[in-house]
Amino acid sequence: MLHLVVCIKQVPDSREIRIDPKTNTLVREGVPAIVNYFDLHALEEALRIKDEHGARVTVITMGPPSAEKALRQCISMGADEAVLVSDRAFAGADTLATSYVLALAIQKAEDEWGPVDMVLCGKQTLDGDTGQVGPGIACRLDIEQLTYVEKVEYLDTEKREIVVHRHLEDGVERVKAKLPVLITALAELNRPRRASLPGLLRAARYRPIVWTTNDFPNIDRSKIGLRGSPTIVSKTWVPEPKQVNTEFIEGDGPEAVAQALIDRLYATDLPQKLGWT
Amino acid sequence: MAEERFDVVVVGAGPAGTAAAYTAAKGGLKVALIERGEFPGAKNVFGGVLYRKQLEDLIPDFWKEAPLERAIVEQRLWILGEDSAVTFGHRNYKYKEPPNCWTGLRVKFDQWFASKAEQAGAIPIYETVVTELLRENGRVVGVRTDREDGDLRANIVIIADGVNSLLGKSLGIHREWQPDQVSLAVKEIIALPRQTIQDRFNLDDNEGCTIELIGQTCGMAGLGFLYTNQETLSIGVGVMVSDLRKKRIKPYDVLEGIKRHPMIHRLIQGGEVKEYSAHLIPEGGFDSIPPLAGDGWMICGDAAQMVNAVHREGTNLAITSGRLAGETAIAAHAKGDFSAGALEDYSKAVRASFIYKDLKKYRGVHGLLASGDSEMLFEKLPQALNNAAYEMLLVDGVPKKEKQKIAFRHVRDAAGGNLNLLRLFLKGWRAMNG
Ligand SMILES: Cc1cc2nc3c(=O)[nH]c(=O)nc-3n(C[C@H](O)[C@H](O)[C@H](O)COP(=O)(O)OP(=O)(O)OC[C@H]3O[C@@H](n4cnc5c(N)ncnc54)[C@H](O)[C@@H]3O)c2cc1C
Ligand SMILES: Cc1cc2nc3c(=O)[nH]c(=O)nc-3n(C[C@H](O)[C@H](O)[C@H](O)COP(=O)(O)OP(=O)(O)OC[C@H]3O[C@@H](n4cnc5c(N)ncnc54)[C@H](O)[C@@H]3O)c2cc1C
Repeated sequence: MLHLVVCIKQVPDSREIRIDPKTNTLVREGVPAIVNYFDLHALEEALRIKDEHGARVTVITMGPPSAEKALRQCISMGADEAVLVSDRAFAGADTLATSYVLALAIQKAEDEWGPVDMVLCGKQTLDGDTGQVGPGIACRLDIEQLTYVEKVEYLDTEKREIVVHRHLEDGVERVKAKLPVLITALAELNRPRRASLPGLLRAARYRPIVWTTNDFPNIDRSKIGLRGSPTIVSKTWVPEPKQVNTEFIEGDGPEAVAQALIDRLYATDLPQKLGWT
Repeated sequence: MAEERFDVVVVGAGPAGTAAAYTAAKGGLKVALIERGEFPGAKNVFGGVLYRKQLEDLIPDFWKEAPLERAIVEQRLWILGEDSAVTFGHRNYKYKEPPNCWTGLRVKFDQWFASKAEQAGAIPIYETVVTELLRENGRVVGVRTDREDGDLRANIVIIADGVNSLLGKSLGIHREWQPDQVSLAVKEIIALPRQTIQDRFNLDDNEGCTIELIGQTCGMAGLGFLYTNQETLSIGVGVMVSDLRKKRIKPYDVLEGIKRHPMIHRLIQGGEVKEYSAHLIPEGGFDSIPPLAGDGWMICGDAAQMVNAVHREGTNLAITSGRLAGETAIAAHAKGDFSAGALEDYSKAVRASFIYKDLKKYRGVHGLLASGDSEMLFEKLPQALNNAAYEMLLVDGVPKKEKQKIAFRHVRDAAGGNLNLLRLFLKGWRAMNG
């Protein structure tokens, strides 16, 4: 059976994010945590492969104990097992350290549950936004990486081949690769499912497997946490809002305002550009 | 269908449902708590004031950990005239040790309360709507939800789905509610710095004040409120739906009017509106309480119309009825009997409690409010009372005896004569002491 590993990160809900005006950093207190948006698409794709070909889906996150909630959501959708990689020693990790620990965790998942055929990540996170962790894992595991995937055209489990569409800035690339591969998912890839009732019941009682540094006997402590993170945030600032010319359209009642808006639009070349008659 | 069978399925994680789930789970039953919101409290609305006594019966010392806003040390009642008010109130620091009640926000409180039920062992099933009750041979045997494989079977279903109880209606125990049996309440949360709130209401840290408002509801039966939270004020007004229809006035316009009242305006001035919400309040009272139990089911809280509008108590009635339903479920489980006869113990327990006695006392209030006297009770008399007070306190050389007469005349004329005034008074008295 195929073994798929999905890497997910718990992030603050970006709909509720505020920036501390004094320190220019994200205010994380009191902001609800959610599964990173793109990671749900990665999970959904794994679950679709499971539905079609049969597979074992393992979800892994590196994060604080509170990330358990995010893992339970993945279980409710249909993941088989969830692993929380959590230890104070991992705190303060940048993308280099994060991908190091995740690669170790994926190797350990292979030892526990069999060889991994595919690793699925999100395109990027809503908070860190770098998009580096997925490729970082692929390099460390020395497997092919297919980033920015908007469609899985087919997966041939006999030939161990996958064909995907990568959405790039200048067009779409159709790529074939041999398993094992790492995929990073775009939102266009699919529509994440709603958990079934039995799924929710299982998730409510599920306790994720927790791995700490002790579970990785060969871990190189100089490569984890703050020590293993060469990235330095030297400065953060909030960009000035772009100045745009704003025009307020006023009038007596909604009809008058709507009419004035239409008149105003038709005074420009916009309708013509859009092909309106 | 989920193959698992539960002892109890609770529908609705408001105060009633959560209290029921907490009690039953603590008693060792296998409980599922179903809530349609993203999390409990996500969309729930109340004034609101939370009371100590009834929750303490369930979770001793709960206030040391629950997310509460301010302990109320002063409650005021303002009878509003157009730009004046006759005010009553009581402040007492004894209300702090132990606290009598607090202001609270449902988003935080319901979530916390439900987490206690989860810790007690209740299985949370959120973002899930119960679409119907499963029935076999006239017995309720579970619920159907809007999720895939969404049927859940249970020995007992506790219905706590709030004021507009669709499940209660599906059992045929509620009629479609009448416009004079519900109020529509609108509420705003207004942010102000903590210190500003404390200065304006003369409070120390963590002390709170409530103001109930009568009058200035455009001649409709309704009550306004203004409560202090830590860094926000809750302001709102609930108006009888039948009056709103008759007058074709929108509740938000009533609230805007109240916000412009010079005495209110000063208290909320400079604040930023953070949130709008609206919710129904059951006002039918004692006579609209449905049968409370049947084969395989019990109903509690707002779904059973348990609100004491005169004292703005609802959450405490909900919590107590939920607890009683939970306790009845434990006893029924021990006997292995989930029939209407066994669950009738819940009705009996409610009847023996303050819920029933209080609602009975105010049994006539609904009739009074529905009788078409709204204009008189909520506009003319409050204004007349203000005019009378003005007259009494104005020193203008008119002899006091004469003054007294003038003041009284304001009230009498508003009521339409001595006889009418007496009649109204008696009617009111009876309504409050049924
Ligand atoms: C406000 C802020 C401050 C920061 N400050 C510092 C700092 O001071 N020093 C420093 O070194 N770093 C800092 N970081 C970086 C941050 O800790 C890491 O970069 C982060 O763990 C991973 O990077 P990313 O969020 O950009 O992930 P991306 O590379 O954008 O994520 C791509 C995909 O990788 C997977 N993935 C990412 N993270 C995880 C995870 N933890 N577990 C499982 N899967 C994952 C997901 O599938 C995700 O969709 C900061 C980040 C933020 C948001
Ligand atoms: C403006 C206003 C001010 C108030 N002020 C106060 C006050 O100061 N003090 C006080 O004690 N009381 C006050 N009340 C009354 C109080 O809010 C209610 O009495 C109390 O909330 C009732 O609790 P409940 O659990 O019965 O119902 P609710 O709190 O309404 O909870 C019902 C729950 O069921 C869920 N639900 C409904 N249908 C379904 C379904 N089909 N499937 C799944 N879930 C479902 C809902 O989402 C909701 O969470 C006020 C009410 C209002 C509207």
